[in-house]
Amino acid sequence: MLSRKTVSAGSALLAGAALSLLSVPALAKDVVKIAFIAPLTGGVSNMGLGGRNSADLAVRLRNEDPKAKYTYQLVTQDDECKPNVGVQVATKVAADKSIVAGVTHYCSAVAMATVSVYNRFGMPAIVWGAVLPDVTYANNFKEVHRVNGTMINQNEVAAKFMTGLGYKKWAIIHDTTDYGKGHNKFFSDYLKKSGGTILGTFGVTADQQDFTTELTKIRELKPDVIYFGGLTPLGVRIRTQMEKLGIKAQLQGTSGIKSDAYISGAGKELAEGTLSFIEGAPWEKLSGGLFFTGKYTQQKYSEPAEAYGPFAFAAANLIMDAVEKVGPDRKKVIEVLNKTKDADTIIGKVTFDDHRQNIVPLISKYVVENGTWVVWEDSSYGKGKRKLAGL
Amino acid sequence: MSEIGQYIFNGLMLGMIYAMVAVGFTLFFGVLDVIKFSHGDTLMVGAFAGLTASIAMTAAGITSPLLQLLGVVLFAVGLTGALGAVIAKFLILPLHKAPPLNTLLATLMLGTVIREAVRLFYPDGSNPKPFPALLPTSSLELGSLSLRVDNLILLAGGLAAIAGVHFLITRTKLGMAIRAVAQDGETARLMGINFEAVVLFTFALGSGLAALAGVMNGLYYNEVNFNVGLLLGVIGFAAAILGGLGNMYGAIIGGFLFATLQVLGSALLPALIPDIPSAYKDVFAFAAVIIFMAWKPTGLIAEKSSERV
Repeated sequence: MLSRKTVSAGSALLAGAALSLLSVPALAKDVVKIAFIAPLTGGVSNMGLGGRNSADLAVRLRNEDPKAKYTYQLVTQDDECKPNVGVQVATKVAADKSIVAGVTHYCSAVAMATVSVYNRFGMPAIVWGAVLPDVTYANNFKEVHRVNGTMINQNEVAAKFMTGLGYKKWAIIHDTTDYGKGHNKFFSDYLKKSGGTILGTFGVTADQQDFTTELTKIRELKPDVIYFGGLTPLGVRIRTQMEKLGIKAQLQGTSGIKSDAYISGAGKELAEGTLSFIEGAPWEKLSGGLFFTGKYTQQKYSEPAEAYGPFAFAAANLIMDAVEKVGPDRKKVIEVLNKTKDADTIIGKVTFDDHRQNIVPLISKYVVENGTWVVWEDSSYGKGKRKLAGL
Repeated sequence: MSEIGQYIFNGLMLGMIYAMVAVGFTLFFGVLDVIKFSHGDTLMVGAFAGLTASIAMTAAGITSPLLQLLGVVLFAVGLTGALGAVIAKFLILPLHKAPPLNTLLATLMLGTVIREAVRLFYPDGSNPKPFPALLPTSSLELGSLSLRVDNLILLAGGLAAIAGVHFLITRTKLGMAIRAVAQDGETARLMGINFEAVVLFTFALGSGLAALAGVMNGLYYNEVNFNVGLLLGVIGFAAAILGGLGNMYGAIIGGFLFATLQVLGSALLPALIPDIPSAYKDVFAFAAVIIFMAWKPTGLIAEKSSERV
């Protein structure tokens, strides 16, 4: 005879089974995993989190699309902007055969360290934020693609633009990683071609706290502009310490400081007038860009998308498009991605060259005005209502 | 000329912070012959305690910079002083009879525990935090030399703190007890001095001083991060060794000496050898410390057991 307990347990089991049957969707799609790797903690985590949210947004939108053949899942990993950590997580992701491709890296030093990992494991990767040219050009790895432009283009435009404004003398501070050194090299080259003078160049460590000696020296050199090739945390420190030493020169940054964190870190007043340059059209102006910001706001992410979010979004979409076409097969996805030409994305047309580098024709110039980064042409500075320092 | 003035001023600021850390190392070594490697991270806890106090006071509607500053300093010094005493009571005193290497290792590991705990448990602790600017930001122009009022206040504050500790140790009854314990713990006990209480107080004192250094560091750079104690701890220790571990004057001189080396490294090195960027300043400063130690292993002011602390 069955006790009452057993009966009730049995019926509960049955009910559970029935429920789980019901919860299976009518048309079960295969799940395809895509990796996203970025610095999610540390000084530049704001960039990484913005990128992650953007890639996540791309995946969510695709999963909502009834025409999609697969259900996508984003696997995120934190590279801490450290090459050794980056190699670890890249290996973990690349060795996992269930992951078909990756949207990878904001920090150039990390991207450089991991390209050979993706090559070894044959996993397609699209770099979404690192700007060092060597990431795509130093090797010829079929697996490695990049949607954002390189620092060569942005420094060429930066040098021409700044000399065009009438600045003559520069002091350069750069961090001594490959990233900062690259910025220094390309900017110096183009600046000399454009007729600017470099009064002094200062290499600093990537986690340096105190810049007073470098800045004291710079104050004596009396440059019109201080060029900074490095990332946001150092940019903030340099800007605040410039103020403490009473240096009135114009601060010119790179894409590395185009972040909301720069403005909140340095404060609205000090950040005012800082310049930065970033590859791609001003995405606020593209119809796809508006679509992106609209959807991004709807999801209520707690962090802003930041400058490179749209690139992460575009990279994730390129991967999903390829998977839709040929299925979740790494080799086939690589073939499709390699051949990308004039693909429509929110950052404009994407075309990969023979090193799978997106050819980005345009560089946008930004200036901080009233606590936000404003496209130069739209700013009061660009319209001549306000003046940059020393003009 | 103004350039040299500015370098000297920058060096003084750095030196003051290093000296405050070094004095802590020297106090601990003086009373118990221990090297407490978590000292730098104690400083970081002080800075974060100060930041928390400031955020809490802003939330409570107290925005007066003076009141905030008072709250920040009191909370930071109080909390960190208590932490120092707790560490001494439960980690350092129990290990007192063990080989010195054990204490060194235990505190080294404790430092990592503290650092990672702040990183993981403080909200968004992995990222650098802006530290509020609570001091007046006007500057004095002396010719072409510009001195910021806030920096002058910090310098004066640090000086006052060190002088206060010095006064306490050399002129008060409590200080006499500390010196007695430093000279000979056993005999001090026989003379009716409460050995444990004196040790705990010394650790609270050194940690409180470190907390003040942490708050000063935050006010100077307007930023704190969980990693700040690592390098400051090593520098403070190097400064204490430079001056002669166990001697307070030595620690102060060592702190300023190390700052001088750093400033020289970042200002002179690139001028003399064009290919070396100022990023090498720490390499230069620490290399100089190594050479110095080979030359004078006892430090500038050699410790005589009778002159400890």
